[in-house]
Amino acid sequence: MTDGLITMKNVSVTYPGGNVALQDVNLTLHKGTICGLVGINGAGKSTLFKAILGFETPSNGEIRIAGNTVKKALKRNIVAYVPQTEDIDWDFPILVEDVVMTGRYGHMGVLRLAKTKDKMAVNEALERVDMLSYRKRQIGELSGGQKKRVFVARALAQSAQIMLLDEPFTGIDIKTEESLITLFRDLSANGTLVFVSTHNLGSVPRFCDEVALLNRTILAHGPVETTYSQNNLIKTFGGKLRHHQLFGHVLHDDADTRGVTVLTDCERPLVLYGEQGGQKIVRMPEQDTSHESESPPTPQEDKEEKPTEGGF
Amino acid sequence: MIESLLEPFTYNYMTNAILVSALVGGTCAFLSSYLILKGWALMGDALAHSIVPGVALAYILGLPYVIGAFFAGALAASSIMFVKKITRLKEDTILGLVFTTFFAFGLLLVSIKPTAIDLQAIILGNILAVSDSDIVQLVFICTTCLILLILKWRDFMAIFFDENHARTIALPVGRLKILFFALLSAATVSALQTVGACLVIAMVITPGATAYLLTERFHKMIILSVFIGTTTSALGAYLSYFLNTNPGGLIVTLQTFIFIVIFFLAPKHGVFAQRRIMRKQSNNSALPYGDNITSLPVDNQSIFSTNTGEQK
Repeated sequence: MTDGLITMKNVSVTYPGGNVALQDVNLTLHKGTICGLVGINGAGKSTLFKAILGFETPSNGEIRIAGNTVKKALKRNIVAYVPQTEDIDWDFPILVEDVVMTGRYGHMGVLRLAKTKDKMAVNEALERVDMLSYRKRQIGELSGGQKKRVFVARALAQSAQIMLLDEPFTGIDIKTEESLITLFRDLSANGTLVFVSTHNLGSVPRFCDEVALLNRTILAHGPVETTYSQNNLIKTFGGKLRHHQLFGHVLHDDADTRGVTVLTDCERPLVLYGEQGGQKIVRMPEQDTSHESESPPTPQEDKEEKPTEGGF
Repeated sequence: MIESLLEPFTYNYMTNAILVSALVGGTCAFLSSYLILKGWALMGDALAHSIVPGVALAYILGLPYVIGAFFAGALAASSIMFVKKITRLKEDTILGLVFTTFFAFGLLLVSIKPTAIDLQAIILGNILAVSDSDIVQLVFICTTCLILLILKWRDFMAIFFDENHARTIALPVGRLKILFFALLSAATVSALQTVGACLVIAMVITPGATAYLLTERFHKMIILSVFIGTTTSALGAYLSYFLNTNPGGLIVTLQTFIFIVIFFLAPKHGVFAQRRIMRKQSNNSALPYGDNITSLPVDNQSIFSTNTGEQK
């Protein structure tokens, strides 16, 4: 077997004060895949990323990235990171192209003087996220989705083998979401490992090949089709989700016992369909648009329509 | 007329004072571009007050004052970090606590051995009375600072803008931060000589704050800030000859004067410019940011679809 691009063996992270954020995490991720990291807030998604990025040193276990230690992997520009954009100072006097250029610093000499190839990489990265025409803008002048795209471009400019994205779909418009998903597919087709943390359940089947379910430790990891099941999600989220089930006897008067299950934490829901409340993931993008054209629902209406609400 | 204008330059001490002030002003201004962006403005003040006992002690023991200043600064910085780690006190409280303690100790030292040190020289500074050996020290400190800043300004920018990203591209964040504080302490020590402990803060804030109003690119901000710092310092020292005033007070007054002018007249962030934008906005209420937005290819669709898209 070829070694994974990221291999975590029995990794534990304990914060000062004895708070165990991760315990015995075993995870192997390969190149050319898009893997979703799913878990509730506080499950340790950010800590897992921080461990891979070397911000947190595991109290136990070992992380190897393309056969290197974390430190070496960062030195070699193997890992690119797209942060949540909340903690950025948007008033910082810096233009879009300057931000993307910082992604090239690891490839430059000590003086960080941009060569032609760096400038080309910046242009190409901006082009790929459709932000080239905004290159001379101060970053605070952009919309939420545009800001996110700039940071994705910065990671692209780094031309890394691994791209980590922390909740990339929060606070962005649907157009950006679609273009990011297309971009992830392109990247993985070219051998990049795309590792995305999200608590947005419904979007996972839309763009992930694999999913890793996390609650302090990896509860399940594998292809979306088999691993992203109701049972695994219940294990992961236990009681923290809104959970709606509709069975055949409510929907129609025949012997069909199949049911619909809707799992949501108030974002795009996960819909499962079949016996015992569903084994099959319902993919919804087309449904979305047809529904939207008829009557765009307001959030309130949406919730009232749901027949039952409650935890597991 | 011209003869009397050139008169200060016929005195060796005046020429020295003007040149050294310019050098110190430029160095402090370079650092100010960083300080004001991080909310660390008061750090300069804290350092300036904290090094007073070190300087006093060095004078008493007959050592170069730089050594005393350096140790006092390092001690102050580490006590700030230590107290912060142990207690839950807020940063400004700790800063206030530590630097007043150090300053008080410094005053105590000075009053114990009044003949050895000119108290006024430390508190108010007087570049006109600086000895030749001190001038050599000042020139050495400032040129070293400036060279290091010019070599590393991009790295510092990357860290100040997004520290986590700087780590993922394997910049030695910890070491660079220590270097930055070392440079700041060194610049503070030299500013102590020119404007005194009480006014150092102005030297490491005002030029950067003024430049910030004028530009949206970091390297331009540095250039403008250094220009303002250098010219006001040189001019302050020069004018003090005619006005027979304390040069420190004059330098800071000049810097403040420029800030006020820019505050009103800055092309985009000035008071008048903001008014103009507001007026335009009320004339043309369809465009939320006045003429700013007309050149902006806003993706209306994405703004429109943000809400409807997210709830699915």
